[in-house]
Amino acid sequence: MAGTSPAMTKVRPPAQMSSLLQLQSISKVFPNGVTALRDTSFAIREGEFVSLLGPSGCGKSTALRIIAGLIEPSQGGIMWQDGAAPKGLSGEIGFVFQEPTLMPWASVAGNVYLPMKLAGMDKNKAMLRIREALVRVGLEAFENAYPRELSGGMKMRVSIARALVTQPRLLLMDEPFAALDEITRFRLNNDLLTLWAAMRQTAIFVTHSVFESVYLSSRILVMTQRPGRIFADIPIDAPYPRDESFRTSAEYAGLCRRVSEALVAAMAEQAA
Amino acid sequence: MSTTTAHTEKQQERTRRERVLRVVLPFVALGIGVLIWDLVVRINNIQPYVLPSPGLVLQTLISDWSLLWSSLLSTLTVTFEALALAFIGGVGLAILFNRSRLFEYSLYPYAVILQVTPIVAIAPLLLIYLPQQAAVLACAWIVAFFPVLANTTLGLHSVDRNLAELFQLYGATRWQVLRDLKLPAALPYMLGGLKIAGGLSLIGAVVAEIAAGSAGAGSGLAYRIAESGYRLNIPRMFAALILLSITGIVIFALLSLVSHLILRRWHDSAQES
Repeated sequence: MAGTSPAMTKVRPPAQMSSLLQLQSISKVFPNGVTALRDTSFAIREGEFVSLLGPSGCGKSTALRIIAGLIEPSQGGIMWQDGAAPKGLSGEIGFVFQEPTLMPWASVAGNVYLPMKLAGMDKNKAMLRIREALVRVGLEAFENAYPRELSGGMKMRVSIARALVTQPRLLLMDEPFAALDEITRFRLNNDLLTLWAAMRQTAIFVTHSVFESVYLSSRILVMTQRPGRIFADIPIDAPYPRDESFRTSAEYAGLCRRVSEALVAAMAEQAA
Repeated sequence: MSTTTAHTEKQQERTRRERVLRVVLPFVALGIGVLIWDLVVRINNIQPYVLPSPGLVLQTLISDWSLLWSSLLSTLTVTFEALALAFIGGVGLAILFNRSRLFEYSLYPYAVILQVTPIVAIAPLLLIYLPQQAAVLACAWIVAFFPVLANTTLGLHSVDRNLAELFQLYGATRWQVLRDLKLPAALPYMLGGLKIAGGLSLIGAVVAEIAAGSAGAGSGLAYRIAESGYRLNIPRMFAALILLSITGIVIFALLSLVSHLILRRWHDSAQES
């Protein structure tokens, strides 16, 4: 396992006072024999926007699913700040998939209502929060539209509204904008940052785009491929709010280069 | 610019003409068929007890209307009762299969056996074991329930995996998953099965009535056909037959309409073309 340049890798001390959750040497081997994660440890601090960056098949989605409690790790565990894992049921975790994953038979409002419906909340009571979430993503006029009447970007906004409507402490996003065109993607990146600035929940964002991860994150974890491990932990110290001027700045370009180099090194190590 | 407008205008004109043709052509084709039928009967001077002319069939339809109408009602009642039971039974069984592998593996063979054994062969047995009314209903049900079962089973299995994970994440109960995820996802499949079942329940009812024909005191349309056959009342046979066809068409159209009304807001199959 040579080639890890210490300048690039700043492994933080595992026990941090303010860490919301801590993955402790997690491994995941799927029944088909694929080792998605091996001995992966990292901590996420409260209020951070962390990107998991790596080539496809590096286990970053697996890590996200383990954090969400959707799959069980083969080894290791997660330590949460207050002991117990937060449950989606109480609306503490919001999850955004790569596809919008909307129910085609329900209206936009019906889709955003889902987390509260499953928690047993009355729709009339929930309506205020549904409208508020839709205003946040700029879709207040489409409350009664059906998913098939919306564009890809709008569907994604509904998906984000659904994830945010419970005001979760932790927002998990699995390559949410990968299937969108670049213009829509930039706009949603900006909107996501605005939302995050307003709500300030902890966010974990899975992506394979260097540019997206640098633009959004306060910290990037670069992962190796098969089995996935954390290769580098890069803080992005540029201050928020970030906008188009940041996207075109020399600072941004420099950070992108640094992260790209880390990614190349991660893939080289894996090939070696 | 003007060429593009002319082009779209021409295209609109073409789609409009096509829409008109789609409605008019079937009727024209049917009309030509009836005309040929009439000419064949006239030119060859065929006797009404061999092949009645369309005019005579229409006449019989009117003169025997009260008799045929009561028979039609009887057949319709059985058909819709069977269809309702097939829907309840098919969906219910599919949900049961979805919940328990044990049930699925043990009961599915029975469903398949009932489906693949020709109903004409089962009908006489049912007529021995059951009162006639019940036997006819059972026959119609047996042929109609399988498409509902098979389609609903397929639908319940074709749930979006990510949506299922989302429900899991939000701690949905099994009942919530069934009601809010699986059943809505299966709805288009269910309605497709129902559409097939509508035609089949009519066929099942007719088969059973024919099988009962000589034995019982049936009064359905198929019984009328059998009875008219014995009496060589061929015009009435034709009249009853035409009523049966129309009934089948109406049932299909009705179920298609129901399916369209339910799905039009969200499902691609119901999109305007």
